[in-house]
Amino acid sequence: MPLWLDLLIRVAAVMAAFLVLPLVIGQAEHKVMAHMQGRVGPMYAGAFHGWAQLVADGVKFVQKEDVTPRDADRTVFRLAPMVALFPYLVVILTIPLGPGLVAQSLDIGLFLVLAVLGIGVIAVLMSAWASANKYSLLGGVRGAAQLLGYELPLVLAAASVAMAAGTLSLPGIVEAWQPWWLIWQAPAALVFFIAGLAEIRRPPFDMPIADSELVFGYMTEYTGLRFAFFLLAEYVGIVVIAALTTVLFLGGWHGPMEDQLGWLWTLLKIGALSFVIIWLRVTYPRMREDQLQRLCWLILVPVSLAQLVLTVAVKSLL
Amino acid sequence: MSENGERQMPGKGLLDGLAVTLKTLTRRTTTQQYPDVQPDLPPRSRGVIALSEENCTVCMLCARECPDWCIYIDSHKEEVVVPGAARARQRNVLDKFDIDFSLCMYCGICIEVCPFDALHWTPEFEYAETDVLSLLHDKNRLGEWMRTVPPPPAHDVLGEPSKEEATAARKAAGPGAATAAKTARPAVVRPKPAPTPEAES
Repeated sequence: MPLWLDLLIRVAAVMAAFLVLPLVIGQAEHKVMAHMQGRVGPMYAGAFHGWAQLVADGVKFVQKEDVTPRDADRTVFRLAPMVALFPYLVVILTIPLGPGLVAQSLDIGLFLVLAVLGIGVIAVLMSAWASANKYSLLGGVRGAAQLLGYELPLVLAAASVAMAAGTLSLPGIVEAWQPWWLIWQAPAALVFFIAGLAEIRRPPFDMPIADSELVFGYMTEYTGLRFAFFLLAEYVGIVVIAALTTVLFLGGWHGPMEDQLGWLWTLLKIGALSFVIIWLRVTYPRMREDQLQRLCWLILVPVSLAQLVLTVAVKSLL
Repeated sequence: MSENGERQMPGKGLLDGLAVTLKTLTRRTTTQQYPDVQPDLPPRSRGVIALSEENCTVCMLCARECPDWCIYIDSHKEEVVVPGAARARQRNVLDKFDIDFSLCMYCGICIEVCPFDALHWTPEFEYAETDVLSLLHDKNRLGEWMRTVPPPPAHDVLGEPSKEEATAARKAAGPGAATAAKTARPAVVRPKPAPTPEAES
């Protein structure tokens, strides 16, 4: 296969995953959330149980006027949604689906993923400051405090599993994974998942966009396609956090008949974790700002540090 | 910490919350698919008010009692020559009877207060309009709603007979016959007070 064709297929596959998976998860969220609240959710778009609802939403967003506030910092304001979306696209590039089935295998995959996820803070601050709106600014400052805080337990938990596997490559970690790691790395997995939820600002960690007090936080002034980009970033975020947790802690493609069906196992685990993310959103009310910081600094950081000690202890005993 | 001060297992509340949402997920939804499926309303639902024009005597009680002042009535008097009577009688004729449903709060006081059963509730509710002025229903439109009024509930077999029936029966039996009040319930025999000399004298 010539190099350009190989590249083309990889890029096309990543773009397809980037566009299809968030839609699937968004639709699942509509339906799961509705049924958990005793409703039926969208039923009309696409005739069968509203399967085309998100497509219809997309068409609607495209038709809407793209408003930039007069006092806004135009360039930064317009750039922010792309900056919010782009890191997730890069992360999807490095996530392995099956043995050898990865768009770009990197030796420092985990390092790249964690570094790139940190760009999310920049997007939040950009949109918040450039909107020239008090609510946006408040939301952005909250978001920055939250994202910076939860970055620490996220990195520490990921470091624990990297130490256990002895590699920073994502496929390498999955290959080194063994079922008993589920118990050994369980605290790290929990910390990583919770910190990941906070990183993508999903309820109960949606203090930056708390719609009952801040209108819509840093997204208040956005309309049309740019707002849709922010929403898409949220759903790609679910995919990315679920996929990273799967790859790092749940053994990725490991499962019965993993040579043929490895990709299916990865997708199933991502789907199950996405369901849990939706489930948590439906169940829990939003955490207050001080509770949010307390959970991060007084629980998650100590737990992830203790996990690091445990990982080193077990690793040196073996 | 629970309400009675005992400590629960930490995190139990969080798990209970998850269980509630998961249980609801497996249950049937309560959504009514209204435009596709007509709602199953109770028979005496308060949808819209119907006017039976021939019952109306233009007594204006409904218009005066209406808390929103949303009933507008106009009338004129007509002379009716009754054969055999010394003078011609006067009769009220309804010119206008409008109810403004953009103001109406569906309290039903007009229906309660009407002495001649000219106003009725009907369960029809699909009369939304794109123009608020069209919510003013005139007497023809209010009269059309009469077709949708459900029949009155059957008379309670154990209750007193209606006033009209009782009166008709009394008239037919002639003067001195039993009245409704006498026949409705068995007469209570009261102990007679002991006769006193004053009473006897």
